Amino acid sequence: MSEETTVSSGPPPIVRLVTRRFEHADSHTLDRYVATGGYEALRKALAGSPEAVVDEVKSANLLGRGGAGFPAGTKWGFTPPGVWPRYLVVNGDESEPGTYKDRQLMERDPHQLIEGCLLACFAAGLSQCFLYIRGEMALAQERVAKALNEAYAAGFVGRNILGSNFSVDIVLHWGAGAYIVGEETALIESLEGNRGMPRLKPPFFPAAIGLYGKPTIVNNVETLSNLPWIVANGAEAYKQYGSETSPGTRMFAISGHVKRPGVYEVQHGVTTFRDLLYSPQFCGGIRDDNRLKMFIPGGGSAPWFFEEQLDLPLEARPVGAAGSMLGSGAIVVMDHTTDAVRACLRVVRFYARESCGKCTPCREGTNWLETILQRIVDGHGRPSDLEKLLDIGDNISPGPYPAASWDDGGLDAVPFPPRQTTICPLGPSSVAPVVSALRRFRPEFEAKITKRSVNIPLHVEREGTHV
Amino acid sequence: MARLDPANVAIAQEIIARYPRPKSALIPLLHLAQEQDGWVSDEAMVHIAELVDCTPAEVIGTCSFYEMFKREPVGRYLVNICTNIACQLLGGEELLHHAERTLGVRAGTTTPDGLFTIEDVECIAACTEAPCLTVNYRYFYKVGPADFDAIVADLRAGRRPTRCAAEQGEDGEIPAHGTLHRVRQSIPADRRAGNADPDTAGEPAWLGAGGAS
Repeated sequence: MSEETTVSSGPPPIVRLVTRRFEHADSHTLDRYVATGGYEALRKALAGSPEAVVDEVKSANLLGRGGAGFPAGTKWGFTPPGVWPRYLVVNGDESEPGTYKDRQLMERDPHQLIEGCLLACFAAGLSQCFLYIRGEMALAQERVAKALNEAYAAGFVGRNILGSNFSVDIVLHWGAGAYIVGEETALIESLEGNRGMPRLKPPFFPAAIGLYGKPTIVNNVETLSNLPWIVANGAEAYKQYGSETSPGTRMFAISGHVKRPGVYEVQHGVTTFRDLLYSPQFCGGIRDDNRLKMFIPGGGSAPWFFEEQLDLPLEARPVGAAGSMLGSGAIVVMDHTTDAVRACLRVVRFYARESCGKCTPCREGTNWLETILQRIVDGHGRPSDLEKLLDIGDNISPGPYPAASWDDGGLDAVPFPPRQTTICPLGPSSVAPVVSALRRFRPEFEAKITKRSVNIPLHVEREGTHV
Repeated sequence: MARLDPANVAIAQEIIARYPRPKSALIPLLHLAQEQDGWVSDEAMVHIAELVDCTPAEVIGTCSFYEMFKREPVGRYLVNICTNIACQLLGGEELLHHAERTLGVRAGTTTPDGLFTIEDVECIAACTEAPCLTVNYRYFYKVGPADFDAIVADLRAGRRPTRCAAEQGEDGEIPAHGTLHRVRQSIPADRRAGNADPDTAGEPAWLGAGGAS
């Protein structure tokens, strides 16, 4: 362990692929995009065959950036042969707690995303594209709308693109505030004008039966934004960055108690958590040089990590083997001043509020978890509460948590078949913070339960008339 | 309030035409109604049901699922304060508490003058800029209690708040509640590829022998 850190020569060099235009103030305009090599990948693709694009993306082993980490090229191949039409749905409903990357890509380089959509449609034979942007992101919608209007006028999107027989419409669609819509079958329900509730599985992938019952590819914004670079420069060039099993770069948002929180694009699979949190070129350490207490490695749904996991590389496989997931590239750092019970309650409350209500264990269970945690924080906890929390968790996600992951096909981060009593992973996500916090900080919970005082809820005035 | 006015009906028709099935336009049309009136009225939902050829019950079924749709009037400015984990760690809950105290209303309610509605919201994807809030979905970053007071004072005075303001788009103005993006997608008729009808569309042309020609 210490040997590794002494020979370590700092984090790998910074490489910017998807964020390389961010340095320009006008990075969202067509002029800047074209002046910096934009739509060249599309020309190159149209000069060749769809199969060539698929092969390039498969060879680049581009892993999905939405959370599950499934290889994009393989996902495209799941569409049943001979069933038409096929659709592309872009998942821009970024709302996992801690995640802040897709909004940047949509606001600051919308043409890159549009070109990525075109490449995916061309390669996989997708006849229409729906670009679903989270409802709250007004500026992202505005920038993408403007970029689409520019791209249509310039002949990059629509009928007979660049004079070829490749024709596809990209339709801007926007949501209205529901975290669950980030789940791909819920996204499709929402796009059909319904309540955003996940569909029963199987089929596990909408590639078989998706939008309007037809084969549908759902790809994340960051995944698609990688395509223009890969097609323009080739899979070999892409694979010189990152690790063998996780090539290229990836965007991570590091928030919480670090000196310089931010969104950083780093080499995938070779950079470590320690690099990101402590290196001066990234976050520069914990605020006030405090001690690290815990961190969430992959968004609110991910089980927590602690100091001993700092040297893990940012790669799905080892992170999955260590009992968590890289998820959506969201790292939330908490220093030793953090109240673990309160942090746990806040994450659980999110899932309780965002449960769509379709499956009973999630609808009831998440609310019970919140209720019990709230009373512990308020100083009314009962001695039986801690076992009750674990029992409720076990009803949503049976067996030891996190469930053992498999290491086949790149799905390390998602146990498969899922060990859950619900249709989608939202319910089990609420169990992650509870188990993480209880396993590590049980005495903090017990202290709150036995002390029965001073835990004054925030909304009650500490001084003044209310007390 | 009211049904969609003729100008908005024209916009609605254009939106509906972009989807293979009209009901897919439901959420964008509910936004359009909210943009017109500031909230979504029963009359608007009945009108939308006629436009997308479904029942009013289906429209309210969808409408009631999504947090952004308000089925009663809200303040001119909807102030969404994030208290999720990244913001909580850096004072999001204290900021919400400050907002409640200074505006004199609890989260989820509106000030008596009809100017401000405050909400305790979930992660709004600005975690590295915590604590953050949005006013009518325009972002403000690293907002402390004094910053909040300055933003509110500016809005009350009809000024454009600049303190803590993130990039807000082309003109930086904060439109009334209900307006999201102010640039609409518009597909020129001669550039449209056309909808891929789920019942009739076949294999795309470019997949045939030799790819694109």
